[in-house]
Amino acid sequence: MITMRSLLVRGMLVGLAGAVLAYVVAWFFGEPQVASAIAFEEAKSAAAGEAAEPELVSRGVQSTIGLLTGLVIYAVALGGFFAIAFAFAYGRLGTLGARGTAALVAGAGLVVVYVVPLLKYPPNPPAVGNADTIGRRTVLYFTMILISLLAAAIAGYAGRSLAARWGAWNAAIAGFAVFAVIVGVAYAVLPAINEVPADFSATVLWRFRVAALGIQIVLWGTVGLLFGALTERALRHAPHQAREVASSA
Amino acid sequence: MAQPAIPVTRPLPIREILPWAVFALVVGLALLYFVGTEQGAMALINGQGVHEFVHDGRHLLGFPCH
Repeated sequence: MITMRSLLVRGMLVGLAGAVLAYVVAWFFGEPQVASAIAFEEAKSAAAGEAAEPELVSRGVQSTIGLLTGLVIYAVALGGFFAIAFAFAYGRLGTLGARGTAALVAGAGLVVVYVVPLLKYPPNPPAVGNADTIGRRTVLYFTMILISLLAAAIAGYAGRSLAARWGAWNAAIAGFAVFAVIVGVAYAVLPAINEVPADFSATVLWRFRVAALGIQIVLWGTVGLLFGALTERALRHAPHQAREVASSA
Repeated sequence: MAQPAIPVTRPLPIREILPWAVFALVVGLALLYFVGTEQGAMALINGQGVHEFVHDGRHLLGFPCH
């Protein structure tokens, strides 16, 4: 029996699992870049004759329990959102089952919520970014996420409306085109942010951004695949409902 | 029963999803705010404790940070 409650609980739990796997990626691929960036920052302020900033929270805490806490909270919230999106999508995407729906929703979510905004406003390690522009950068980043979500909603609506006349394939292409046009206009119109110091290592920056993308891929991938597998299993173990629905369908 | 019980794809009624969606959205956004934005662009709590504690996660999750 599928209930919204069970889906939401499952979403948050698979989010937790995703956070643990994402932490492994963050630890091995992300943290070395964060350490390099902080070393760069400290060397710069030392060269400028500034006193070292007092450590409010030690690096040891930031890179372990702090990082894990951040990932867990983020992933549990994401798992909840994912469960809601799955509930709306499930049974409304042709004959796609639970696993397929979950994988599709996770893939679309990764692209719409993370990859599309990232291509305009990529994540930055410490030492990159002017503290005075944090407000503007935050607003622009969330605006880009919102535009991407809106574009996806409009594209989805357009695709569905056209499907009856144009067929599923052509309607899907039209939907993608609508999404691409809206996102392209947003990319062109929204102001650019370029605050990377001229002497900051391009290699560290690239590796940091790849690590950040890897974290999200592992997170969304775990959520999508695990959620699908668990939901499919739960449905199989509810043969009464399946038979009842099958006979009434 | 020659066939195993194949899960039948039946959508949940929108009416059943909506209240949960609103609730999850509100709680989820509050959580994301503390991981992503608190003591950055905005601050509800004085100081830098929250920011510094989730510092690495904030950077690596792609949020604008200092």
